[in-house]
Amino acid sequence: MMEALARWFADLHERTGINLVVFYDPFDAARFFRGVLLTVEMAALCIVASVLIGAVGAWLQGSRWRCVRALVNAYVELVRNTPSMIQLYFLFFGLGPYIAAHNAHGQAEPLISGFTWAVVCFSFYTGAFNTETFRAGIDAVPRQTEEAAESLGYTRLGAYLYVVLPLALRISFPALSNNLVNLIKMTSVAYAIAVPEILYVSNQIWSDALNVPEMMNVVLVSYVLLVSGFNALMARIERRLRVPGLGC
Amino acid sequence: MNPSAATRRPPLIRCREVRKSFNGVEVLRGVCLDVARGEVVCIIGPSGSGKSTLLRCINGLARIDGGSIHVDGLDVHDPATDRLALRRKVGMVFQQYNLFPHKTVLKNIMMAPLHVLREPRAEVEARARALIAKVRLQGKEDAYPGELSGGQQQRVAIARSLAMRPEVMLFDEVTAALDPETVSEVLVTIRELAAEGMTCVLVTHEMGFAREVADHVYFTDAGLIVEHAPAADFFNRPHDPRTQAFLAKVL
Repeated sequence: MMEALARWFADLHERTGINLVVFYDPFDAARFFRGVLLTVEMAALCIVASVLIGAVGAWLQGSRWRCVRALVNAYVELVRNTPSMIQLYFLFFGLGPYIAAHNAHGQAEPLISGFTWAVVCFSFYTGAFNTETFRAGIDAVPRQTEEAAESLGYTRLGAYLYVVLPLALRISFPALSNNLVNLIKMTSVAYAIAVPEILYVSNQIWSDALNVPEMMNVVLVSYVLLVSGFNALMARIERRLRVPGLGC
Repeated sequence: MNPSAATRRPPLIRCREVRKSFNGVEVLRGVCLDVARGEVVCIIGPSGSGKSTLLRCINGLARIDGGSIHVDGLDVHDPATDRLALRRKVGMVFQQYNLFPHKTVLKNIMMAPLHVLREPRAEVEARARALIAKVRLQGKEDAYPGELSGGQQQRVAIARSLAMRPEVMLFDEVTAALDPETVSEVLVTIRELAAEGMTCVLVTHEMGFAREVADHVYFTDAGLIVEHAPAADFFNRPHDPRTQAFLAKVL
């Protein structure tokens, strides 16, 4: 089956000159597949981390201490007011050189890989948006519901984890999905620091095969499929979270 | 020491000269109130007279600005007081039910005993099911609050509070948001609780109910206890002109 498909694409190239090399050349196919996997891995790590950052950030925004609130607000403002690629460059080229070890030849070797920097950067970038999104959701949870939890003996943290956050999550779910879709697309920015994700490996492939227009199509369709898959997953989760009488 | 005072059991709830202001407006202006164990106390009075605020102060949801409140010997507004210990003693039911909308009836009742008291699940579930039967909601275990009527939700809220095995229940205008026909199903539940000897403090506008279940009635106006008396005396022979005017209007 796979072989027949590969033969068809090779044949397509022979007949028409349309060179979809990733579908018939084993080496390029493997190279491209590794890029897709890396994108998925990077996105998955960033999604988990950014949601956690958002939940913690929103909790700290309701803190009793003004300095904690100010710190969270400063983080959100800083991140929201600068482009993600500038942040990535700042981390990778601005901070990276200071976090390096020297090898046997006396050369500096970065201790933190481009992949790790990208995950850190995109997690905190989206984490700032998630903080604001969760905050809006928390504000929409009636204060009395939280009081009911407190009057049952819950601590503030307990009431947040068991009552407020689950409700806020449901309220802010559509906005959260939006943030996470943006996050998945943002992973292509890691191209700029040579993380071999979809766009970067595609660049390698089109440099070798000289099939730029074809690869642009492949990259575009790859992202469409990736994000559609993610949206379907989020729709499933949203359905599972849906509760009668709670407007969402 | 007066020996007779020493042998008498201290009241379960003891409020002394309680003061509370919101934005410079004093809503409680030195309230004194005692609730003995097993007693049913009703607090009545015009809207805005500070009744609900007093209840919220008793379980520490609102801070007081002066005076003192003791519940079973615990100083409610001493920062050193263990708030969990206090809230285990005091159950509260709200006007708007305030159930957790993302949890089923059974889970609503089980949550606090599991998370707060860390009791074994099997025991908690057995108790929750018994409480559901007690408030006559068998068959609704897996329903969500959004699928229930107001009266049913309020009975779940009562069961949820009872699951923590409190020593006193505070009811804050629990029938005020209900349709007239569902008021009685909630009152039946409270009446049963009172009959079993549960200490209850009710803020209510249901005068007939207050007259029937209360041992003692407090009348508040403008942040003060104007008058208090055993229920029968209170309704039959009110002394203060403000009480007389209020009762003439509502009865």
